[in-house]
Amino acid sequence: MGNDAQTPDAAASVDFEQVQSTARFQELRKRHRSFVFPMAAVFLLWYFAYVLLADYAVDFMSTKVWGNINVGLILGLLQFISTFAITGWYVSYSNRKLDPIAAEIRHEIEGHEFDKDGNIVTGVTK
Amino acid sequence: MIGIATAVDVADLKETTLLNMGIFGLFVAVTMVIVLRASRNNKTAADYYAAGRSFTGSQNGTAIAGDYLSAASFLGITGAIAINGYDGFMYSIGFLVAWLVALLLVAELLRNTGKFTMADVLSFRLKQRPVRIAAAISTLAVCFFYLLAQMAGAGSLISLLLGISDWGGQALIIIVVGALMIMYVLIGGMKGTTWVQIIKAILLIAGAAVMTFWVLAIYGFNLSSLLGAAVETSGNPAVLNPGLQYGKTETSKLDFMSLGLALVLGTAALPHVLMRFYTVPTAKEARKSVVWSIWLIGLFYLFTLVLGYGAAALVGADTIKSAPGGVNSAAPLLAFYLGGPLLLGFISAVAFATILAVVAGLTITAAASFAHDIYASVISKGKADADTEVKVARRTVVVIGVLAILGGIFANGQNVAFLVALAFAVAASANLPTIVYSLFWRRFTTQGAVWSMYGGLGSAIILIIFSPVVSGGATSMIKDANFALFPLSNPGIVSIPLAFLLGWLGTILDKNREDSAKQAEMEVRSLTGVGAEKAVDH
Repeated sequence: MGNDAQTPDAAASVDFEQVQSTARFQELRKRHRSFVFPMAAVFLLWYFAYVLLADYAVDFMSTKVWGNINVGLILGLLQFISTFAITGWYVSYSNRKLDPIAAEIRHEIEGHEFDKDGNIVTGVTK
Repeated sequence: MIGIATAVDVADLKETTLLNMGIFGLFVAVTMVIVLRASRNNKTAADYYAAGRSFTGSQNGTAIAGDYLSAASFLGITGAIAINGYDGFMYSIGFLVAWLVALLLVAELLRNTGKFTMADVLSFRLKQRPVRIAAAISTLAVCFFYLLAQMAGAGSLISLLLGISDWGGQALIIIVVGALMIMYVLIGGMKGTTWVQIIKAILLIAGAAVMTFWVLAIYGFNLSSLLGAAVETSGNPAVLNPGLQYGKTETSKLDFMSLGLALVLGTAALPHVLMRFYTVPTAKEARKSVVWSIWLIGLFYLFTLVLGYGAAALVGADTIKSAPGGVNSAAPLLAFYLGGPLLLGFISAVAFATILAVVAGLTITAAASFAHDIYASVISKGKADADTEVKVARRTVVVIGVLAILGGIFANGQNVAFLVALAFAVAASANLPTIVYSLFWRRFTTQGAVWSMYGGLGSAIILIIFSPVVSGGATSMIKDANFALFPLSNPGIVSIPLAFLLGWLGTILDKNREDSAKQAEMEVRSLTGVGAEKAVDH
């Protein structure tokens, strides 16, 4: 066994290929990827669009909108807002769509559950 | 504006030296007590490297902010905005947006599949030896570049804050900073280091918040008036527009693209950031860590926007540039203008604490990587027990600390600011492609990982050697020679796509297939957290 990164007792005898092929795991994988990949693509594109504008559309970015506030500053602050928004969205998505399935599969394999600090609540003792 | 110019007299700064030292001394004393208390439970490898996985998401998130908001962020970005206006602000956007990569693609999956180091994850389903060695070399390279930049920065910071301008005096301070750091890491391990980072992050963000509020109050909480005052003092309306620093030539525009790419893709692959995710008990807490750090770091960079333009308006770019420490003096000079010696003393002490906390985090990461990846897994082939491994890690801390001190003294006065950008470029090139491929691409093989890591690391370093930051320009490290064959100062735009390409090419040309059972195990573990190490009870 090349990998020593895990506690051997918890899941040593599990047939992971079998778990991987279950519909429930495939659903978890699909839900995870169908959120994180498009979201990563969107924010990277939005960030590089911003960098390109700052680099090559200086006149547009320098357009004053309100007082001394220009388009560049507004787009820059929107980068902050979009980062905060994506963060919030991902957390709520994980809580609703990912964590319940992940916990179910983990529970089944390990035969015990953890509280929010990761301590074992029931079942196998350490 | 004449009254303001005399209000910030650089000569006055030296009179506050004793006060600065006093506040910094207090910080050291308080954190040392906490580190000593934290060290009581340092028994196992999980205690030493990962603080017994006992921190909460919010604590770890604060520590990540403490680790990430280096002196370069605080002094550097405030100064960059004060001098170059909008272009300085663009740095902070890259530094913040980058955390979405960590949140969406890396943090939780990494926490679920690894134990102590980045190499744990990268070598999970590939051949241990070659992948671990490559990951450890890249970890050590990133830590070394970052560490050197911080230590050299400590020297120039001291010339400003303590009024020590002779080489010997600065060398002495670098030795003191290095020795303190070694003590923190040796005694406190990850737990002590984390507490130092938490305290420092709170002080830094609180200090910046007070100054931001103060500056905004001067301008009636009207951002537009503040910007107007910055334009008036500088006499240049272009400080509000992009392009002052990077818009000069087509090459400099491309350079900014390259830097942006490295910042956004490098952050989530910095080994000292990755290692922080192991200090929490579950993937959910790792997620919370990133959420906390995104809020704190985002808030902080919004403060630096106000502070930078505040310094431009109230202190003035000319005063900043002529002060010892140059661009980096914008934030301290603004503090002095606002709150006199006391606020300057506080901000200076925070800047010191920042360097101390960041070098401590880098050192423990490098030591863990050497002891866990090179010594335990490669040299002793997994036969070393955990006690021996921790012993090796502690010795490595001393070696790295001494190297950092020597490097810092040697690099003091050299223009090594590019090293931070290089660290991000190496992380984005050598680490990120392999992290992403091994987590999300079933077919990925050892050959792909090795090609990508060495290709990314090698190309980033070779390109920087042949870039204008090393030779040929007025601000180069070596001014007398010119072997700058590569026109850009940031290698990312070439080395990052190259590393992704090599990872793909190495994989499809690999005749060997990896173990599909291992792939299944990694995928199931990464998404569900099955079998991941939990908190250590004491």
